[in-house]
Amino acid sequence: MSAVAMTVNGKAVTGDVDPRTLLVQFLREHLRLTGTHVGCDTSQCGACVVHVNGKAVKSCTVFAWQLEGADVLTIEGLAEPNGPLHPMQEAFREHHGLQCGYCTPGMILSAIDIVNRKGNELDEHTIRHELEGNICRCTGYHNIVKAIAAGARTMGGGSAGQQAAE
Amino acid sequence: MYEFKYHRPTTVRQAAGLLARQEEAKLLAGGHTLIPTMKLRLAGPKHIIDMSKIEGLSGIEAGARSVTIGAMTKHNEVATSPVVQEAIPALASLASQIGDPAVRHMGTIGGSTANNDPNADYPAACLGLGAIIITNKRRIAADEFFKGLFETALEPDEIITKVQFPKVNKAAYVKFPNPASRYALVGVFVSKRGSEIRVAVTGAGANGVFRVKSFEEALKKRFGPKSLEGMTIPADGMGGDIHGSAEYRAHLVGVLARRAVAAAVA
Repeated sequence: MSAVAMTVNGKAVTGDVDPRTLLVQFLREHLRLTGTHVGCDTSQCGACVVHVNGKAVKSCTVFAWQLEGADVLTIEGLAEPNGPLHPMQEAFREHHGLQCGYCTPGMILSAIDIVNRKGNELDEHTIRHELEGNICRCTGYHNIVKAIAAGARTMGGGSAGQQAAE
Repeated sequence: MYEFKYHRPTTVRQAAGLLARQEEAKLLAGGHTLIPTMKLRLAGPKHIIDMSKIEGLSGIEAGARSVTIGAMTKHNEVATSPVVQEAIPALASLASQIGDPAVRHMGTIGGSTANNDPNADYPAACLGLGAIIITNKRRIAADEFFKGLFETALEPDEIITKVQFPKVNKAAYVKFPNPASRYALVGVFVSKRGSEIRVAVTGAGANGVFRVKSFEEALKKRFGPKSLEGMTIPADGMGGDIHGSAEYRAHLVGVLARRAVAAAVA
């Protein structure tokens, strides 16, 4: 067993877990934060994406013990329980950027990471390229791309409704 | 995955000592090859030596004639480094094409180079630029470093600390990625430094990264895509699998080499 200690969604957490415990398992099974999903388990699909120290990371490919002292953000950490949705979440709701929702937490956290790295004015080509590590089986990505473009603008303080009428 | 003990040394010497003393020990850098392999039970090291707590292994420095990158430097750092973009833009471009954004936040140049995956990108950059792999014991030229499938010249207790890339006059990397995994089905790195021409190919060879002498000779006469017109390499020695036959990979080598040279002279 190994001791792990990190900050998750602003709260300090500790655990005593098998060294084989992946970050995604620690979050889901030990902390009961089940918004982060296991999709492919082979580092390709992005359903497990969280933020570690401000950067998108595939949580199925990191051991929990590696996160000693790290700052982890999951989908649950984007909004208060009864508070307003994060602008990116709101954009996914508004633009119907999901169907089954399985890829969605990973998509949203990846999207926020894209904005952090590439800014608030994202064109379609950039979004599609930056989403190469996120797979969706339901939507065909069309509304995900729209949602991200809109969410990026709102995160920058702009109006989400600046696109041409759909 | 199988059980293991993990260690978090704070110096390279400690890490090398652990590697030498422990049976079946593996270094952990970015983990995006080792951990997936362990999850599939294709690897079961009894000891994992995590490199992340060792100071001084990350960072990018440019000298007058070369750029030196610490072994634990992440792909994203190389891809977005103004130093690399200015000194060897083809190297930054290659790093930006590895995996996907989340993978690039964890994967490292030391890990990729030491692993020598036949479909990885960095071996093509190392061979294509004539890099020097610097370890805790010696300096190894790229031409002597890559030995075969997942095999390098590294000794059992040898650890890569930095990779040094010479600055060149012209270079480019063109990759045909597998659409799902984004590994290189074929990737070609070309460079020209004075009269030294290098054409390095990853993804295609059954034995890992290799140089194409015939293309290098043709480009010595004139470094332009027309010099490679109609040139091909034989399919023997190329890898064939569900993603592409040996013939297809051999064909792609010619196509991508021409595109890479065109990009390098553009």
